Amino acid sequence: MSRLTIEKPWQRWLIRFGVFVAMAILTVPGLWVVLTAFRPNIEVLARPAVWIPQNPTLDNFARLFGLSSAQQGLPVLQYFTNSLVISITSTFVAVVIGMAGGYSFARFSFKGKATLFLAFMLSRTVPGVALSLPLFIIWARLGLIDTSFGMILVYMAVNIPFTIWLTDGFFRQIPVDLSEAAQIDGCTRWQAFWKVEFPLARSGLASAAIFAFLTSWNEYALASQLTRTTASKTMPVGLMDFTAQFTVDWTGMSAMAVLIIIPALVLTFVVQKHLIAGLTFGGVK
Amino acid sequence: MTTDVQTLSQPRTKDRVSFFASPRAIPYMLLLPAIVVILSVVLVPLLVSFWTSFTAYNLTKPATLFQFVGLRNYQRLLTNADFWWAFGRTFVFVTITLNLEMLLGLGLALLVNKITWGQRTLRTIMMFPMMFSPILVGFQFKYIFNDSIGLLNNALFDLHIISQPIPWLVDGTLANFSIIFAEIWMSTSVFAILLLAGLMALPKEPLEAARVDGCNPLQVFQHITLPFLMPFVYIAMTIRSLDVARAYDMVKIMTNGGPAGRTELLWTLMTRTGYQNSQMGMANAMGYVSIILSIVFTFYFYRKLVAARTFMGGAQ
Repeated sequence: MSRLTIEKPWQRWLIRFGVFVAMAILTVPGLWVVLTAFRPNIEVLARPAVWIPQNPTLDNFARLFGLSSAQQGLPVLQYFTNSLVISITSTFVAVVIGMAGGYSFARFSFKGKATLFLAFMLSRTVPGVALSLPLFIIWARLGLIDTSFGMILVYMAVNIPFTIWLTDGFFRQIPVDLSEAAQIDGCTRWQAFWKVEFPLARSGLASAAIFAFLTSWNEYALASQLTRTTASKTMPVGLMDFTAQFTVDWTGMSAMAVLIIIPALVLTFVVQKHLIAGLTFGGVK
Repeated sequence: MTTDVQTLSQPRTKDRVSFFASPRAIPYMLLLPAIVVILSVVLVPLLVSFWTSFTAYNLTKPATLFQFVGLRNYQRLLTNADFWWAFGRTFVFVTITLNLEMLLGLGLALLVNKITWGQRTLRTIMMFPMMFSPILVGFQFKYIFNDSIGLLNNALFDLHIISQPIPWLVDGTLANFSIIFAEIWMSTSVFAILLLAGLMALPKEPLEAARVDGCNPLQVFQHITLPFLMPFVYIAMTIRSLDVARAYDMVKIMTNGGPAGRTELLWTLMTRTGYQNSQMGMANAMGYVSIILSIVFTFYFYRKLVAARTFMGGAQ
């Protein structure tokens, strides 16, 4: 389109200016939080405002891990471990189960297919807060409240429908002929899947996995009700520890925010290309 | 789960054997684990919640789980002003944010599509808010909109635009503006990125043909670009309506429904009723209202998506 339209110079500058403003709005809030994570608390509260950090410090991170004697540390390391264990386990299981489902939708036609697909999507629609109420009642009776296992089960259910949607799209992009050719050459359907279709879908599956991981990693509504202590509290729930105190600890919260965002940032950069392709073409074609 | 499969496929009757051994069973077998998980972690709880919404269940009195009260919870909801305010506010909140996100996302996608140099970097920057946990978005804007130390008021002070701090999160109207702003910040990217992918997949020939035939840019946009983009709009709408409720996390940390209930959404009211006031029966009744609201939104856009897909000649 850009090659078709010939813009006047002032129009081109207007477009650039618009893009610049939009990008500034998208990035400045996050960068501001990152800057705050490296500031001493006095600077945050200073008036007039201090814009550029005068005394950059790592104290806030040290404080989180209990390395500083100034303030008792929060069990952030434990939250981090809980988050990792819960997110990785639920992602792995959700991708295995979701992949089987997605393959089924992509390769077979069967009775009730469209209804079943819609049912999966609608199960994902149920708001986490609304689902947390009955889960709280049931989990309490089963003794699953405040356990990693309970959270893993929940996140599996949250991630399976979307994994099915994404993998269905990825498998449909792989021509059926490839697997059929392998079967003519003597492979069973099972072997044909692992030798031909799985390797081709691997990058797509990786992005489905990362998407599931991020969903679990970032989830708050369910985790905030179904976890109680360091036994299973995740990072987003732990972030609220700072507001439970008398004053809001802005620098401490910012440091924790940085810890939450880093894995998400790295993973999204790795996967962005496949993710966009998966969402659009999985949906359209 | 594997044991389920085995017990089910135990030869019991003749036709059962032939069904489970036949190729017809394969797609169902592949879907079985997913179905089992969704049934046990989503559907069964939803049935429990449905039952609970007809009882006087109070968390502090476990026996009340079996105290059936019929439609009393729903009746009370319908006559409760707080509920209707929260319901109305949620509906308006979702409508405003989804529409603005769509328009701003479309605008951003069109702008970025015009830029040839550094487009990949711009796309990466656009992904930025998508990485943020909603709870982080809430924290970030709670900080930025803070009246005494927030970035926004600090900037306005230093530019001599204001002399008194603006109480962004303390005044009811401004607090609503703030949560809408935060929600739009969080989700406009979803639209921008998907619509940009659509623009990049746009075939060039019809555009050239229209131009040769003397269409002006507005006509080209209206009759060619926009119809082509519609499936992408519906995908984005479907994805967004799947998780409109994540606004809960954000509002929870930013205002927690305050000041004086002026930013109370259905979701925050629900948790307050259920966990803080222990009125689980009532909370589950509200939960059902919110579930139906979400399902209606998603179902509507999903149907549009399927129709658009068929129109584009795709499978399914």
